[in-house]
Amino acid sequence: MTHTSAIVAVITVALGTILVGTYGLRVSRTTSDFYVASRTVSPWWNASAIGGEYLSAASFVGIAGLIFAYGPDMLWFPVGYTAGYLVLLTMVAAPLRRSGAYTLPDFAEARFRSRVVRAVASVLALMIGWLYLLPQFEGAGLTLHTVTGAPDWVGALIVAVVVTVNVISGGMRSITFVQAFQYWLKLTAITVPIVFLIGAWQSQGAESLTKPEFPVFREDTTVTFPKTTGVHAEKPVFINGSGVVDGLRIENAGHFLTTGDHVIGENSRFEFPAGAVVPHVHGTGHNTNESWSLPLSSNSPFPLYAAYSLIIATFLGTMGLPHVIVRFYTNPNGHAARRTTLIVLGLLSVFYLMPPMYGALGRLYTPELLMTGQTDAVVLVLPSKMIAGFGGELLGALVAGGAFAAFLSTSSGLMVSLAGVLSQDVLRLGGVRGFRVSTVLAGLVPLSMTFLSTGMPVADMVGLAFAVAASSLCPLLLLGIWSSRITTVGAVAGMLAGGLPALTAGLVTMFTETGNAWYQVLLSRPAAWTVPLGFTVMYVVSLLTPRRVPAGVNRAMVKLHAPENLGLEAGEDRS
Amino acid sequence: MTNPPSSPNRPAENRPVQSKPVQRVTVTSPRTRAPRARRPYSGTREINEQSELGAVYMRTLIRAQRRLGLFVCLIACGSLMTLPLLFTFTDVGRVKVMGLGLPWFLLCVLVFPMLLLAGWFYVRQAERSEREFAELVERP
Repeated sequence: MTHTSAIVAVITVALGTILVGTYGLRVSRTTSDFYVASRTVSPWWNASAIGGEYLSAASFVGIAGLIFAYGPDMLWFPVGYTAGYLVLLTMVAAPLRRSGAYTLPDFAEARFRSRVVRAVASVLALMIGWLYLLPQFEGAGLTLHTVTGAPDWVGALIVAVVVTVNVISGGMRSITFVQAFQYWLKLTAITVPIVFLIGAWQSQGAESLTKPEFPVFREDTTVTFPKTTGVHAEKPVFINGSGVVDGLRIENAGHFLTTGDHVIGENSRFEFPAGAVVPHVHGTGHNTNESWSLPLSSNSPFPLYAAYSLIIATFLGTMGLPHVIVRFYTNPNGHAARRTTLIVLGLLSVFYLMPPMYGALGRLYTPELLMTGQTDAVVLVLPSKMIAGFGGELLGALVAGGAFAAFLSTSSGLMVSLAGVLSQDVLRLGGVRGFRVSTVLAGLVPLSMTFLSTGMPVADMVGLAFAVAASSLCPLLLLGIWSSRITTVGAVAGMLAGGLPALTAGLVTMFTETGNAWYQVLLSRPAAWTVPLGFTVMYVVSLLTPRRVPAGVNRAMVKLHAPENLGLEAGEDRS
Repeated sequence: MTNPPSSPNRPAENRPVQSKPVQRVTVTSPRTRAPRARRPYSGTREINEQSELGAVYMRTLIRAQRRLGLFVCLIACGSLMTLPLLFTFTDVGRVKVMGLGLPWFLLCVLVFPMLLLAGWFYVRQAERSEREFAELVERP
């Protein structure tokens, strides 16, 4: 389906982002400006910017898609993304700001005075960042594909180019304005359509969302399968069109799809009659709308493990995300850092009210996505499906623009922090030129990765980035801030013990087909075992190597914890 | 001056007899107008010079902040983390609240004000304990 207004919206958002960025160019001049906007951003601006940066593809399209497919078990995504900020606020915000460092590796060095700890933290931050950038690019590809039919790589390329140009030209100061603007744009883009959609649903008789029936096609629906798809039909259905079903070539003819499993070939195109029960893609549960709305309906073999693993990853992973961390240095002091985080909690709470509503309405109005498996598209498709004519098209354009804003802003934030890490720790190129070279490299790697991955839901991919962050950088932050016993050896051992298994599990899930093996859930939701591993190894190894407690740990603790205005000598390099 | 008026048969002052001990009186204030000797160092200086006392000041602050942070986290996140268990082993997941299933009501609506409230409480308490710390170490 091609919508001119949606394309216009996407182009407007991209151009708007570049324009706001160029405006910022005029005020950013020195290296310090480039990295952290000279730390002169008020809590409201800062909180909006954090919100803008944080609400990624996963939040904008991914959560609704997962709830649409798997039911209330997936509500832990928005809850975890928000609760992560509470943990960040209570355990990390103020000390992190007071540490006075720019990036997470800077924190590692300030606290442990060790190049090795810094190097390990840098590599992990880089990996987490790339793991997080990948779903942003994939989401962009999906959005552009949904609204224009363009190949998936086009959207990814556009986002990569716009963000690279923007970051290279403006640095973080412009990014702060861009990000703040993006939060409000995203909130508008997800709220305004849902108000109209709820209105449309009400005016069409407020049909129950939880009937004890399988989702059915509301009208004769022609569905194109972009890739070979395994589906399960709950009831027999008579389809009409061209394509391959179970290896049988069909040319413009009818075919009787019996109850049970079928494989539908790439680029098949079939019409499904109104009122027929929608077959669903393999892997989702055999749910009526009623059983879908109950907990534990997601057809996972170990639902309780999966739920807790997701909770641990999201609650603890937020603090280890490189682009979230870097925002804290733009607060003038620890107090402001806390206030900013509290405002962020509020901003996220408002936003996350919306995606579940899209997911629930999708069961009624866009059930065919359950069959093609493109569940991430539910937010994008719903407006034009529910509201006929130009109004629906406009709302669809608004959502598409908002989704693009989500990819652009999260990618910008990640790119800034990754470029910072790359230029300072890996390439060792100083100054503005080094930063620019690093930015290009930071974007190229995930862009090439988009050609390899297996198209898992974007929110799941983001969940993996959270799991790696929670198992490696979270122990470093929490134990580093709150215990003076952690040694350099312990810090390195803990980060590796938690981070490497989580990273391996993530890459295996993304780039190979593990199918339904019993260990599949251990790999796709690794946090429940890698996070305790990281914490335990870091603490125990530290207790075993008491002589390697870094020198000056007391001064470092004073710097992290004492309020800034007391004239304590810990903050000698405060600027 | 220090003799309590309540003792009826106190010994005569011209008779220094040791057999009966003089009744003791609690002294509750220095009873002097002279200024007290200033402590040689302020808390700030103790911390800056890395003295034992300075370390105690810092440890107290860190402990208080850690306890507060963990408390708020455990209450808020801990109560959330009981939910998957509840939904698995009981039937409360089927209960309806205001037309919504209980899991939806809790995880889509109620959880956000609760997190905000916890965050607000934490910020208030953390700032208070930092103010108290500042008063403590800046006292001359």
